[in-house]
Amino acid sequence: MKISKSPWVLHYDGSSCNGCDIEVLATMTPLYDVERFGIINTGNPKHADVLLLTGGVNAQTAPVIRQLYNMMPDPKVVVACGICACDGGIFKECYNILGGADKVVPVDVYVPGCAVRPEALIEGVVKAVGILEEKKKKLKESMKAGYCTVDYSKMAVHMTSDDYDPSTQYDAVLTEEALREQAEEKIKASARPVAPAPKPAAPAQGAAPATNPAAQAAAANNAEKGENK
Amino acid sequence: MKGANTLANQVLNVVNFLILFPFIMAIIIFLLKKASPLRSAVIILGGFTIMAAAIYVAVNVLMSGDTSQFVYLEHVEIPTYIVIGGEVFLMCLVCFLSIKYKKYYAILFSLAGTIPVLWMDLTGRAVEGGTHLRIDTMSAIMYLIVGFVGILICIYASGYMKDYHHHHTDVADRSNYFIALMFVFLGAMFGLISSDNLGWIYFFWEITSVCSFLMIGYTRTQEAIDNSFRALWMNLLGGCGFAAGLMYSNMQLGIANLSVLTHTEHSAVLMIPVTLFAFAALTKSAQFPFSRWLLGAMVAPTPSSALLHSATMVKIGVYMLIRLSPVMFNTLTGIMITVIGGFTFFAASLLAITVSDGKKVLAYSTISNLGLITACAGTGTQEGIWAAIMLVMFHAVSKSLLFQTVGDIENCMHSRDVEDMHGLIIKLPRLAFIMIIGICGMFMAPFGMLVSKWAALKSFVDSGSVWLVLFLVFGSGSTLFYWAKWLGKICTVIHQSFELEDITPRSELVSIFPLTTMIIVMCIAFPWMSSTMVQPALNEAFGGFIADVIGMEDMIIMIIMVLMIFAIPFGARFLAIGKNAKMTMSYVAGVNAGDDRHYIDSFGKERALYMSNWYMEDLFGEKKLLRPCIYVATVLVAVMVIVVVGGAI
Amino acid sequence: MTVEMIIKAVIYVLLAPFIGGTLAGVDRVFAARMQGRQGPPLFQPFYDVAKLLSKQTTVVNSIQVLFVTVYLIFTIFTGALFFAGGDMLLVFFALSMSEVMLVLAAFSSNGPYSIMGAQRELLQMMCYEPMTLLVAIGFYYANGSFMVNDLIKAEIPAIVQIPGFFIGFVFILIIKLRKSPFDLSTSHHMHQEMVKGLTTDLSGGNLALVEIAEWYDLVLMMGIVGMFFITANPISRVWAVLAVIIVFFLETLIDNLFPRVKYQTMLKVTWSVILIFAGTNLLILNVLK
Repeated sequence: MKISKSPWVLHYDGSSCNGCDIEVLATMTPLYDVERFGIINTGNPKHADVLLLTGGVNAQTAPVIRQLYNMMPDPKVVVACGICACDGGIFKECYNILGGADKVVPVDVYVPGCAVRPEALIEGVVKAVGILEEKKKKLKESMKAGYCTVDYSKMAVHMTSDDYDPSTQYDAVLTEEALREQAEEKIKASARPVAPAPKPAAPAQGAAPATNPAAQAAAANNAEKGENK
Repeated sequence: MKGANTLANQVLNVVNFLILFPFIMAIIIFLLKKASPLRSAVIILGGFTIMAAAIYVAVNVLMSGDTSQFVYLEHVEIPTYIVIGGEVFLMCLVCFLSIKYKKYYAILFSLAGTIPVLWMDLTGRAVEGGTHLRIDTMSAIMYLIVGFVGILICIYASGYMKDYHHHHTDVADRSNYFIALMFVFLGAMFGLISSDNLGWIYFFWEITSVCSFLMIGYTRTQEAIDNSFRALWMNLLGGCGFAAGLMYSNMQLGIANLSVLTHTEHSAVLMIPVTLFAFAALTKSAQFPFSRWLLGAMVAPTPSSALLHSATMVKIGVYMLIRLSPVMFNTLTGIMITVIGGFTFFAASLLAITVSDGKKVLAYSTISNLGLITACAGTGTQEGIWAAIMLVMFHAVSKSLLFQTVGDIENCMHSRDVEDMHGLIIKLPRLAFIMIIGICGMFMAPFGMLVSKWAALKSFVDSGSVWLVLFLVFGSGSTLFYWAKWLGKICTVIHQSFELEDITPRSELVSIFPLTTMIIVMCIAFPWMSSTMVQPALNEAFGGFIADVIGMEDMIIMIIMVLMIFAIPFGARFLAIGKNAKMTMSYVAGVNAGDDRHYIDSFGKERALYMSNWYMEDLFGEKKLLRPCIYVATVLVAVMVIVVVGGAI
Repeated sequence: MTVEMIIKAVIYVLLAPFIGGTLAGVDRVFAARMQGRQGPPLFQPFYDVAKLLSKQTTVVNSIQVLFVTVYLIFTIFTGALFFAGGDMLLVFFALSMSEVMLVLAAFSSNGPYSIMGAQRELLQMMCYEPMTLLVAIGFYYANGSFMVNDLIKAEIPAIVQIPGFFIGFVFILIIKLRKSPFDLSTSHHMHQEMVKGLTTDLSGGNLALVEIAEWYDLVLMMGIVGMFFITANPISRVWAVLAVIIVFFLETLIDNLFPRVKYQTMLKVTWSVILIFAGTNLLILNVLK
């Protein structure tokens, strides 16, 4: 069965003026009725396939977006809705705005507009669903490599808005690529008699720096698990 | 024929041993003042001897196929004097303690119950009657319960009391006295369930009342003293009722034996002693309005609560009711007993929702379940008694296990609050699993309690007691609520939590493991129990053969369910279900601080997160519900006694 | 006899998910049309479940998976027992047990939404448990047996004798099918309550199992509705199907008409409805007997 028949979305408002949020909700109304395509607004990352982000990302919402993203089961796609989510929009220069959604999570589809039109939004989601299909195929391959044993629960996100500093932040977003790299590392490590310290997770879109302790710990954890298998 | 007689004699000897030996054990233990390996050894050795003897008696009686041979002591002189002496001693003891603690009202009840009976006995107005001891199937079942569960609790106590005094340094260590009391209690229990003579039953009845009073008051704190006197006066009040019934049946009806009483033709006059005995049984079984003594009994150390709640004290009441049940069929007494029982079942289960103290939940659940048993016995139908006996058995095992486990958890965590058992499965996995089995035994589908409840439902429907059906179905709903939420608390998995030290001593595990096994075995051996134990008991009570209450097909399905439940955890381990799943944190609106127990608030600060269970105190809290329930039940009891007794006179 | 029962049970196990899934799809289409929308395709629930099964499963702890699996197994078992012609009371006892398993799955996650959902689910069970038991008793009063096999051979439809029970049962079906005034613990599709309440911390395959279990449950519930109309006469089955359709439509209508209520209201309303309709009916039956 095609995944594209039932994309469930999670909508999160980074820091928007609510214009885009109204439009997101408008797609649910009888006029646009996205349920025709099986789209459901779940409000729960654990059920969602598509993450709709509106508004630019600020220091307070960045960790939340990361967490939501991490909680979503693979395969998953991110759609940045509206110009603010795409690159910060008119708030880009504000002291508190980090920029677009892609500063914290890997964005797959950019839907411009201020506010984003429902038609554009629906098209964006449809595009995202296409990417979802591709990702599903990739996931199957990566499952074989066994990367899904990453234990997110061990990765602390002790991050508060007061002490936001990208260089010390350690709730890394583990992207497909990063995970695949990890898995490859693991396979290599298990092939060798003595396991060297595995490389940390590859940075995700410039968010997680290379020297990040938790990711390292997590990766080490993985390696251990891999050996145990 | 001769062989049968020697068998009967052997059994008689063992029965005598069972009644007297616990008293001897009590004296020995009382003399061993300090908790020592010697004392533990004595308790375990003596305990298992008693258990073996009880099982010997029960098995012989159950296997004999004809229980009418186990009747003894046609004419007795010396034991009667012992009984009279014992009654005087108990009366003096109660008077002394009442004066000591300035609770003079207890004297009144004690005198009112004992003096008339003494007068009757000494002036020779008492009827000699037939046999004094009589072991039938019902007694055999009770032997198994008391011998197995009661003794395990005593063994548990030997280890528990040491820990208890380790934690409660403010309480004077009189554990020898406490454990001795427990053995006295068991002796009295064996006596009571073997006796057929009403005067003897009354004697043992009073022993258990006074024993429970002494055990509840063990810690000698003000609260303990108050609660123990509450227990005393309520039980003595029941004792007065019993004494009145005893005197009436002796002097007016000329009946001295319980078995004669229950096999006499129905008449309004007969109902007077039956009603009075039923009234006494209500107090012993802590039915509303007399339930407060059982709640107060919580102040005592856990073994006494386990003993009072599961195997002995409260079971005496329902034992009496089950005995009286055939007489109560379709009488006003029967209907009133049923209504009081049904009402207690429903009200106590609502009240159990609102309390968070683990032992208190257990106490309310005991009251509630006893209400159900009372109601079943009150219907006087065959299915009703079938359900009642089954409930008695399952309840004894499950409840004593639960009490002991809660006691152990309290020793390990220094709290017995249900809220503190959050994540018990991580903190104390072994105790948590035992707890889960115990709780499942109390309410889950294929387990015993629920099966008996099912039979109860059938019996209520058949007897046409609509109100009771309603009480039962609504009570089932609330019962499910309070057990399931407790179960949920235990099953919660907390991240980054650690295992606590399980300091449960071996002597307690000696008691807990057999009980846990027992629950599981009883679930599977359930049809066998029905055919070899309960059916013969029914045959004796009603005469003639009685068809199976639950059909074979259903039994098979239930056994399949039990097996499924136990197969699933193993299957899961074997098939590695969930091993490939990715671990995440629980969802806390995206502000989970990493360990499922903290979140980041709007000020960016980390805060602890804790979900409490629902208690709904505003809907049916103790403050709101307890008093009205007691009033309603008081009216019901008053109506029963006045109408039946007054109507007959 | 037993072979026949096993065949019936197997047919139920095989067919129920298709019927249940289709019914769920019909429900969604109905709901959409009532709101003036076109709504999803009829087989949307199947697409959803297929997608969920193909997705990665994230769990909070591994016990969760165990509980959800047991929940599914016991729901199927319950339904199979009913359609094979087993004992009604046993069916309902097994049903409440399977529900407890789902609740435990939510409890074990330690998430605030899950646990809130679990508590509310328990309360909902407390609300409908009396009625489910009463339904079995009602049938017993009407036809003198708890066995479904005997009940379907009745002379006159049970509804004639126990209309009050029927009303009560239809009422608690609102809770059981998680329809709007009483969808406190978790809700379906376009509704939201406490994120997703009970199922918040379930995902992927686990969620799919819950959905499938709910289909089985739906078929079982509709089967019980049909039971009120079935007699030994084969034509009565048509009436039963008709009744099921009407009741199902009614539930969807109620779902779209009423806003969610507080739990106190739910408890009071359901218990009063049960007492008034089923209780009175029971009293009358008892007097007539």
